[in-house]
Amino acid sequence: MRAQLAVIGRDVSLAFRSGGGALHSVIFFALAALVFALAIGPDLALLSGLAAPILWAIALLSALVSLDRLFQADFEDGSLDTIVETADFLELSVLAKSVAHWLSAGLPVVLAAPAVALLLNLPAEGYAPLLLSLLVGTPALSFLGAIGAAVALGLRRASILVAILSGPLFAPALIFGVGAARAGAVDSPQFLPAILLLGAITLFGALLGPIAGAAAIRLNMTA
Amino acid sequence: MSVFDFANPERFERLARPIAVPTGALAAVLIGAGLYYGLFNSPPDYKQGETVRIMYVHVPAAWMALACYTALAAASAVGFIWKHPLADVAARATAPIGAVFTAVAIVTGSLWGRPMWGTWWAWDARLTSVLILFFLYLGYMAVWAAIEDKARAARLAAIVAIAGFINVPIIKFSVDWWNSLHQPASVFRADGPTIDGSMLAPLLLMALGYTVLFIALLLASMRNEIAARRLMRLEGAPGRPVSTVRKE
Amino acid sequence: MSESRRHNLGLRVEGLAAARGGRVIFESASFVLEPGATLLLKGPNGAGKTTLLRTLAGLAPAARGTAETYLDGGPRLRLDELPAPRPDRRAASIYAGHADGVKASMTGVEHLRFWARLYEGGADRIEIAAGAFDLAPFVHLRAGAMSAGQRRRLGLARLVISGKPIWLLDEPTAAMDAVAAARLAALILAHNAEGGAALVATHDKLPIEAPALILDARPPAETQ
Repeated sequence: MRAQLAVIGRDVSLAFRSGGGALHSVIFFALAALVFALAIGPDLALLSGLAAPILWAIALLSALVSLDRLFQADFEDGSLDTIVETADFLELSVLAKSVAHWLSAGLPVVLAAPAVALLLNLPAEGYAPLLLSLLVGTPALSFLGAIGAAVALGLRRASILVAILSGPLFAPALIFGVGAARAGAVDSPQFLPAILLLGAITLFGALLGPIAGAAAIRLNMTA
Repeated sequence: MSVFDFANPERFERLARPIAVPTGALAAVLIGAGLYYGLFNSPPDYKQGETVRIMYVHVPAAWMALACYTALAAASAVGFIWKHPLADVAARATAPIGAVFTAVAIVTGSLWGRPMWGTWWAWDARLTSVLILFFLYLGYMAVWAAIEDKARAARLAAIVAIAGFINVPIIKFSVDWWNSLHQPASVFRADGPTIDGSMLAPLLLMALGYTVLFIALLLASMRNEIAARRLMRLEGAPGRPVSTVRKE
Repeated sequence: MSESRRHNLGLRVEGLAAARGGRVIFESASFVLEPGATLLLKGPNGAGKTTLLRTLAGLAPAARGTAETYLDGGPRLRLDELPAPRPDRRAASIYAGHADGVKASMTGVEHLRFWARLYEGGADRIEIAAGAFDLAPFVHLRAGAMSAGQRRRLGLARLVISGKPIWLLDEPTAAMDAVAAARLAALILAHNAEGGAALVATHDKLPIEAPALILDARPPAETQ
């Protein structure tokens, strides 16, 4: 576990220094909101109704654009060898990399979400359920996304392959995430089942992602 | 068992060659009969009218879409766990066939939806699930296309197939849940329990025909792949240096 | 040997073969890397030096054959004959490849601390590693601001921090000047003196006298 904690500490520290990925994720997240607003038009009522789904969709997209670097950077500079070499169970190290990805790309987006929600005119009662759903659901994206990132490791056009592989796997998290955010805003009885199912998907991702990701990394480490 | 062991594929070739043509012919007969009964020799639906005939193409295709993905995942698991090269070949060959069945299901679903819903595409729960399944197929095939080393591609694609297969029920469940929030119950009910016997016969004929067609295409594709690999091996063999280690 | 030896683990390789992309890279590699010994790994480009090292490090699969660590000293026992579970090669060895394994935006000190946590080496080994590679003049710089040779030295410092008995080094002298190469040679000898073993792929830039393993590419007519 020490080795895994060291990896999380290193990755998060790298992400939050200049040139790191955390700020990029937040900028992309805000930019994507701008793209949606420009495409839909300045109709505040329309934006207000679409704010929660847009926020979830762009949170998903910003996870997607950073996932291809999840293992690739370590692969290129040789430090992935070091991580594999020191892992008693590679699955745990993949889990650690995913946790670090969420801390450095997912969590900043969740924290930036209220500000971006203001731009999209999210109704006041929508904030708490939206933030809760993002907090519970976005880790699933980092966990499940590790599969595609590990499979595409070392390929030249990795980023597009990661997106193609991850997209279908992200569908349930998106569905229950938006479902919970919307249901919570109107005090619908659907909120509780949606947020619980979302949590279940995150836990499931934390199991499947590291197992499949570690298997793919073992194959791709071959020189 | 190693990737160089071609004893198995040779036995496969001996088994597959004599049944290749008969399975193709049988598929043609079954599908021909199914289409005849479905399109000309069955009653129109009291509600859907003549458009119900699209069902005879659509519903078995949707079944095959899922059945092929199941076969793909099963072959991938066998190939991954037991390093069976024939299973890898089977998995790879299954994917495009399954993807075509999936595409047929999507297109015919859309064609059927036009008169029924008045739109080319409705986000019906089943159609949406089948669409996501189509993307799972595309992802699987993209892995094969992206990785040059075919031995590694086989194992990575197997991981993708198995991970995708585990997610299929979750995706299906979430899409059903999503759809129930926004729309009344699915309009698709042609394969429900209310189906009439006169419709069931052509439906089952088509399903059987598709299955035999799948087998015929799979065998043809696998034989092709094995022949191509053997050819590559033969052409690639001379001039390939192999290192040995000696101590000085 | 004396009791001051820290390590007494060797590596026995029998009939090892590796394949990549359906092609056999090398086969029938059989040798023993004894505790306290260095073997140089030589051969033309593409002969499979990197593949052999990565296979031994447990980073890549072998197609055939075995590579096992064994315990030296006292009664000579293979670890797989001991009642205790056999530590796998990865636990016993450390691999340093073509890439330095350093991050451009991390300083030298940060790297050393990270490796100390990763390999569970003591803080005292950080000092020893920094001294061994004379990192002091640049250890507070970001790796991105270091020269290629300095980054190389920093990357290799993890050998010392890891405390692993078996070093598997792939062209460690790349980008190094003669002074640094001599320093590395001295460090490998010191590692040998402690009972540590090293297998080093090198193009004669490492000033060290040691027996060599030669990887030869033979025409396939002779192989079968």
